[in-house]
Amino acid sequence: MSTLGIVYFYVCAALAVSGALAVVAARNPIRSAMGLLLLILSIAGLFLALHAQFLAVVQLIVYAGAIVVLFLFVIMLLGPSASPPLDHRGIVGRAFGGSLFALASIAALAAVARAALAAHRTMAMPAPDANLGGIDAFGTVLFSDDLAPFELSSALLMVAVVGAVAVAKGRQGIAGLSKSEKSPSHVPPHTEAAHSGVFRHDIEGVDVSSAHGIDLRVGQADGTSAEGGVVERIDADPDGIPTDRPQRPRQSGEITGAKGGPR
Amino acid sequence: MIPIEPYVILSALLFTIGGVGFLVRRNVLVTLMSIEVMLNATNLALVAFNRSRLKPSLAQTYPGQSHTGQVFAFFIIAAEAAEVAVGLAIVLSMYRLRRTVLSDEADLLKN
Repeated sequence: MSTLGIVYFYVCAALAVSGALAVVAARNPIRSAMGLLLLILSIAGLFLALHAQFLAVVQLIVYAGAIVVLFLFVIMLLGPSASPPLDHRGIVGRAFGGSLFALASIAALAAVARAALAAHRTMAMPAPDANLGGIDAFGTVLFSDDLAPFELSSALLMVAVVGAVAVAKGRQGIAGLSKSEKSPSHVPPHTEAAHSGVFRHDIEGVDVSSAHGIDLRVGQADGTSAEGGVVERIDADPDGIPTDRPQRPRQSGEITGAKGGPR
Repeated sequence: MIPIEPYVILSALLFTIGGVGFLVRRNVLVTLMSIEVMLNATNLALVAFNRSRLKPSLAQTYPGQSHTGQVFAFFIIAAEAAEVAVGLAIVLSMYRLRRTVLSDEADLLKN
């Protein structure tokens, strides 16, 4: 059992180090992302060996399921420009900084390891409870002692989601917002009488779309409420380019933004 | 059972690799991934120390052993997810403005 544990640790450690080296050294960012995935999987394996079963599962779900996929999405969205051709501008300064950091941390590591070996005190790990790191024990601690940081982390995630949407929409999204705020002036006057705030009747969508030659079936399909009013639909500005209203979901805004480029 | 030193040494090694990648690479995507490597290394050290220094929990409602390191690692994972979301949004926005993902070409404020 003990030798099996040692072999397991060293296999996971070798995989983790090779994954980290792949992240840093790969020229293609897709390979970097695959190296990150390997590192994450092997660290989840080490978490299992360290009696942190819940954290291992969280690691798999959050990292391998969300973060690496997000990286891959962005890499594929950027296409070939995500891996620009190699040039050696500023290579001296960067190599100097990197090697300085590596030397400093390896020296610190060697000093600590030598002190630990000199003390002849290898800390054998004590026996844990059977439920250490399980979801019931972890959840009990998380919802009793650490409740305040847990709730604060939900606020952090909320702010991050809003900030990510705002930053990814960028200048274009703000321009689209101001255009769609101004857009009632482009609608024919006989329909403007029917407006009430941001809600519009679906007939107007047909009018505007036929006037500018744009098919707005998507906007009608998801925007028509039970009373026949349109809560949310694609607006059309005078050049005939459909602009996003602020309530549009995030993904379509990102995709159109990346395709359209700076306008 | 394995003592804690190999875990700590592995963690420091991974942190060093991630730090060198952060300093050397110019591609912003790879820089973000290097930050991920460094945070994973710290998570490993936290969980290993939690496993090696088992103490009774201070929580009134939970009588077992303390989970402080694991809870810390859990919050690091949450913060990291937020960081990646915002960071990739910034990368997309920078690409839209400058058509590049290289960090030294993002010099809008410099010139």
